[in-house]
Amino acid sequence: MRLNCTVNGEPRQADDVWAGESLLYVLRERLGLPGSKNACEQGECGSCTVYMDGTPVCACLVAAGQAEGRDVVTVEGLADGPVQQAFLAAGAVQCGFCTPGLVVAVHDLLARDSAPTDPEIREALAGNLCRCTGYEKILDAVRIAAAS
Amino acid sequence: MTTVETQVISGVGTSPKRPDGGLKVRGEFAFSSDLWADDMLWGATLRSPHPHARIRGIDITAAVALPGVYAVLTQEDVPGAKRYGLEIADQPVLAMDEVRYQGEPVAVVAADHPETARRAAARIAVDYEVLPAVTEASLGVLLRHVPVRAGDPAAKADVVVTGEYQVGMQDQAFLGPESGLAVPAEDGGIDLYVATQWLHVDQKQVAECLGLPADKVRLSLAGVGGAFGAREDLSMQVHASLLALHTGRPVKMVYGREESFFGHVHRHPAKMWYEHGATRDGKLVYVKAKIVLDGGAYASSSTAVAANAATLGIGPYEVPNVVMDASVYYTNNPPCGAMRGFGAVQACFAYESQMDKLALELGLDPVEVRLRNAMTTGSRMPTGQIVEGPAPVASLLTRVRSFPPPPSSSGDLREMPGGVSNTTHGEGVVRGIGYGIGIKNVAFSEGFDDYATARVRLEVIGGEPAVLVHTAAAEVGQGLVTVQAQIARTELGVERVTVATADTSVGSAAPPSPPRQTTRTGAAVGAARQAVRTELLARVGGARLDGGKVLSESGTVVADLAASIGDEPIEKTVEWRHRPTYPLDPVTGQGNAHVQYAFAAHRATVDVDLDLGLVRVVEIVTAQDVGKAVNPLAVEGQIHGGTAQGLGLALMEEIQIVDGVVRNPSFTDYLIPTILDMPPMKVDILEMADPHSPYGLRGVGEPPTISSTPAIVAAIRAATGKALTRVPVRPEHIVE
Repeated sequence: MRLNCTVNGEPRQADDVWAGESLLYVLRERLGLPGSKNACEQGECGSCTVYMDGTPVCACLVAAGQAEGRDVVTVEGLADGPVQQAFLAAGAVQCGFCTPGLVVAVHDLLARDSAPTDPEIREALAGNLCRCTGYEKILDAVRIAAAS
Repeated sequence: MTTVETQVISGVGTSPKRPDGGLKVRGEFAFSSDLWADDMLWGATLRSPHPHARIRGIDITAAVALPGVYAVLTQEDVPGAKRYGLEIADQPVLAMDEVRYQGEPVAVVAADHPETARRAAARIAVDYEVLPAVTEASLGVLLRHVPVRAGDPAAKADVVVTGEYQVGMQDQAFLGPESGLAVPAEDGGIDLYVATQWLHVDQKQVAECLGLPADKVRLSLAGVGGAFGAREDLSMQVHASLLALHTGRPVKMVYGREESFFGHVHRHPAKMWYEHGATRDGKLVYVKAKIVLDGGAYASSSTAVAANAATLGIGPYEVPNVVMDASVYYTNNPPCGAMRGFGAVQACFAYESQMDKLALELGLDPVEVRLRNAMTTGSRMPTGQIVEGPAPVASLLTRVRSFPPPPSSSGDLREMPGGVSNTTHGEGVVRGIGYGIGIKNVAFSEGFDDYATARVRLEVIGGEPAVLVHTAAAEVGQGLVTVQAQIARTELGVERVTVATADTSVGSAAPPSPPRQTTRTGAAVGAARQAVRTELLARVGGARLDGGKVLSESGTVVADLAASIGDEPIEKTVEWRHRPTYPLDPVTGQGNAHVQYAFAAHRATVDVDLDLGLVRVVEIVTAQDVGKAVNPLAVEGQIHGGTAQGLGLALMEEIQIVDGVVRNPSFTDYLIPTILDMPPMKVDILEMADPHSPYGLRGVGEPPTISSTPAIVAAIRAATGKALTRVPVRPEHIVE
């Protein structure tokens, strides 16, 4: 099938998409946007988090056809701003595989709540797994980004 | 005359930002699963559904017939060695006449779409004769037995405590799945871009299996999404290379999460029997222990894991009389091998549980009984080896104990056991505190020639002195690239440092497990730097380097650094070896088997819902001696991450196996800690320089994984009074 959607502000088209493909697969393998990561493929880890019509979703759980006509923003489409800089400053990046999904999730959190408490941060990021950091520096990063 | 006082601002002991960090936060860093080549095919693997079966025949006809399929290969298509392995070449590239574990690779497929490749693999008809599976280690074939004997085996004591303990099978659960891209080369060789921990050992094994000379198998490190030991063994390397050579096209293989659970080795499950004898004032007289490890179907690094369990298995304590037997067996369970902590994790849960039991028996404080037996510099290990480096065991314990206790519960549901499941508002919740301390060897042991190679080039680029560092060491997330650059800056006083992508065109580097990548490769980089520096100083008759100038002994400027280099770059390649280690005596276990020892201590505070058996960890305090914190931010990150993996083992992480079949190969069913499971972590870093190590470095990554598990379980025991002899602790263990 042919898929048309807006990705990072640009109209994009993908041809010969198999109906079983996920939005994640289309982004990574057909549209040249591998920033969203493929760590669990069942919506547990949040590494593939993207915005769809302004709502963060796991791109692995969105069938490609469901993205038809929708507005998708990936980590590559976010302005390099306070969230990304805070992750670097806090030492919240180790292997970095979870980082793109977390950057999108934190971006969304701070857009909704500019000064979240620690329990609110934890609740908002509960769908993003990280295996390297134990999350301590990620909390630091959110606090830094919120303060900037 | 000018005296230069400029300091190099991002050398050893500072926390500059990671050079790969910017790419990672923007989603631009190329992980191994992100690689792409024109005309590339996708590989898929057919795996055995049975833990043990004879293969009567394989029919690939239906798979080959599927449109879009370019190759279907079985063991007959493996041109070189049919088996490989880290220590013993016992694991088939593709199954031959028999499969020995569920998930063993049987055939591989290349197709133009990953789904086509998977469907083709499903069409391969394998005629299995199912055989009985050995799923209990003690019934398996012995792979290695490591005895350690010290003092009087018949020693008697006034107070004796015994216990039987179990550790479940833990998974490394790195987020970036096994993946890579194999590109056939014009010379008949292969260029392999892969996420691995040890390029040169991969290269050797891949070349042997492909029947190619090593120089025709060129490996480059692709972005690594975590490792924790799980990338020491081969996964898709040979398979993708076979498919690429067979089809003449680049082949990408990316495991999904379920396949990843079958694609790498796990932490050895253990059963452990311990008997501790002590005087009435709490001094240990003897320890007798038997440790049985399930090695699974193939050897991997099992023999080294057993040696660690045996030699480190009484913990960081002075014990005059020891009878220790650690054994690892082949079974038809998934193969087990390297995971952060590597043999020391399992034993630490047992010996620390025993120390708590002893404290209870004697009516002593748990920290006090540990302090009375704490090893120090000069202590004798049960192997006879003298601990020469710093061993601040008592100091680490008193440090974690002296932290103020965490505040009592705020009443926020999200901070209750059960969280927003709304299972309690505080009723039935009891707080407990527990302690744990562990010991770990750093670097490979028992005579293994564990060397690291680094090439350093000092040149002038654009009028500025610049350094290029090239090693084969794997950046797996721990921050090695940053640290290599920091060491370069420190040695040469040059800010502009580039670290080249790790590949096999330079000599081998130590793999990042046991944790020593910083130590070994950092040492090699430091030594190469020194060699460059020595030549440069000799060239212009200077005594030291600072701020881009060559200085005399008295600090006067002899020459400008860039001018001294001129058109003649200086390049040095150095192999760095740690001091030699020796094999263990096969009967007594005596021998100087380890290079260096590292220690960490934890204090855990938990809240337990006694009615439901739910646990919330409130706080974890870690004290660790790191020798020298080359990059303090990265050191803290290692300690946090290691502690979190220990929390996972204590409370939730286990690959559940029934009759040799894995029941939970997904992140829905195999749980790793989320940000809601992790408590605030406080870290106290000691820097007691190691006399045998450059910059005083000591491995950082493993110790925090070792003692957080027993500390958390001790805290749950303190809250519940339950014996809790198995990890992970489940609600039913608390409520029963």
